[in-house]
Amino acid sequence: MSFPAAAREALADSQLRRNLGHATATIRAKREHAVGEVEDWEALRDAGSAIKARVMATLPEQLERLEAAVTAAGGIVHWARDAAEANGIVADVAREHGARQVIKVKSLATDEIELNDALAGQGIEAIETDLAELINQLGHETSSHILVPAIHKNRAEIRALFERTIAQGEHLGWEATAIAEAARRHLREKFLTVPMAVSGANFAIAETGTICVVESEGNGRMCTTLPDVLVTVMGIEKILPEWRDLEVFLQLLPRSSTAERMNPYTSLWTGVREGDGPREFHLVLLDNGRTDVLADEVGRQALHCIRCSACLNVCPVYTRTGGHAYESVYPGPIGAILTPQLRGLDQAPTLPWASSLCGACYEVCPVKIDIPSVLIHLRARVVEEHKRRVSPEALAMAAMGRVFGSQQRYERAQKLKRLGRGPIANAALPGWSAMRDLPQVPAETFREWWRSRTPPPGRDPGP
Amino acid sequence: MRVALFITCFNDTLFPGTGRAVVELLERLGVEVEFPEAQTCCGQLHTNSGYAGDGDALVERFKRVFADNETVVSPSASCVAHLRGHGVEGVLELTEFLVDVLGVEDVGASYPHRVVYHSTCHSLRLLKIGDRPLRLLRAVRGIDLVELEGAGECCGFGGVFSVKNADTSMAMLSDKLRHVLDTGAEVCTSADNSCLMNIGGALRRQRTGVRTVHIAEVLAATE
Repeated sequence: MSFPAAAREALADSQLRRNLGHATATIRAKREHAVGEVEDWEALRDAGSAIKARVMATLPEQLERLEAAVTAAGGIVHWARDAAEANGIVADVAREHGARQVIKVKSLATDEIELNDALAGQGIEAIETDLAELINQLGHETSSHILVPAIHKNRAEIRALFERTIAQGEHLGWEATAIAEAARRHLREKFLTVPMAVSGANFAIAETGTICVVESEGNGRMCTTLPDVLVTVMGIEKILPEWRDLEVFLQLLPRSSTAERMNPYTSLWTGVREGDGPREFHLVLLDNGRTDVLADEVGRQALHCIRCSACLNVCPVYTRTGGHAYESVYPGPIGAILTPQLRGLDQAPTLPWASSLCGACYEVCPVKIDIPSVLIHLRARVVEEHKRRVSPEALAMAAMGRVFGSQQRYERAQKLKRLGRGPIANAALPGWSAMRDLPQVPAETFREWWRSRTPPPGRDPGP
Repeated sequence: MRVALFITCFNDTLFPGTGRAVVELLERLGVEVEFPEAQTCCGQLHTNSGYAGDGDALVERFKRVFADNETVVSPSASCVAHLRGHGVEGVLELTEFLVDVLGVEDVGASYPHRVVYHSTCHSLRLLKIGDRPLRLLRAVRGIDLVELEGAGECCGFGGVFSVKNADTSMAMLSDKLRHVLDTGAEVCTSADNSCLMNIGGALRRQRTGVRTVHIAEVLAATE
């Protein structure tokens, strides 16, 4: 479905509008406060942006450093060109260990490659352990927010869902703690019995081979320490060159994301260690379109994203349509530039237009991704790809290009009122007239008035 | 002081009153205004719609037309931001020119109405003109300037956005209208007529009795 069509449906959902409006307004205010506390916030953003730019410029080298460091620490590194290869690697590891179930840390990379479905196809059940991911899994829904995947749901809806599923008919009451307790009981048993876990990665340090996952609930810590086998699937852009780079990102991410000074759990692990944590560690390095994004000089900054979701929470489009309208695990402004690039523009040609170019996303981005500029760049790429197709829009734009190219043609068009009531206005009419009156085209243009008044009063007309 | 006026194709054709107000205001402040008649469009429409080649050509055309003008003033934050973003120097949005170059905040205006100011996205986040318009408005005699809730949020225009994503645009505009109406203002003003066309078109459709007026027209008004 195109974005405008999907958005139209979402906009009509009053419960969704209420849930989203409330949740995003709350987190927006909190973020502003958390960021306001940091005096050198702008310098931190610059540093984050510079480090990411360095990663992209030296990606092959950094990946090889990472591979060497992980291997030296006893980990096993796999390279996956696409979703099918990555899913196959994870399924193979599960089969080798006879795992019929795997527990999962919240991970966008594994959502992107639809790992759960792929594993299910092989008879392996993937169990989400992040509370919101669990809610979506139980409700057979997809994520609608990068950080808060079930942001589209309110407490009453979640309570009803849990009562129907994991609480097996038990009444849970209205307290958030009681509702969360149902999930805790369900998950605790899984943490202690399932032999294999799958995670994503927030950061991977090339220098040391260390993987980093930040989270709030502690489920990630359980998954990365209790099972015998741990598989991490990470996009190749998640790499940081040096250990010291974490200093920058562990400040930028929590404040931008959950609006916390520090997130409750930061798990860091380097390969395997005797008697501590998993006995086997696999790292799957996922491309899945990322090297194509890297090839676009303007678009590649989308790979700098650290998945904080600040851009979603401030976006006037996302906060009204919600995430499902973007039909991707990456919704909101970042999704509008990432999804078409990862999948190919022809797979999501309407997403670059899913923005009023208001610039709120760029303003809050902790790594300064200039999302509006990338959107405009991608629009141009879409138009270029469709160039051979004749459309009323292309004809109108070509006509206006000619009109604006010469004073004579421009003034003639003004006289014909083509600019005011011409192609653009007519094309705009259905959308506009639904809610707005078009302005009356004045009888006299500015330039006509200007000519009629010269010489201006006070200026000597001369002899 | 001598400046060239870049009126923008949009104002030239649809909102000539704004241009007349700019001329009147600047001349009242002792500025000599010239109007290079070869000017047309800055190219923003084409660029933001994905027609980058046409957009770039119009930026180049703008540079040629205004090559001899050291200072260009324009009553459109959006068009100025587009030009500045494409490396064009010396083009100032009206309130920037008044506050930064002329160094005035009290322009001698009188406007005895309840007014709410909509800070447009491009004036706020691309030009970063901050509170310059508000400083100018606060100095206007008789004005009852009221605050807008959610002032920094987009009104839903976004040029082609309001056409291609009409439903989302309307959802954004509905919220903006609600905030404008909540203030009890009779006039909504801003540094860009494109946003005002969007907001004003809906205010008229709903027969709210609230009108939209470009900030140049507020500042040009006298007793």
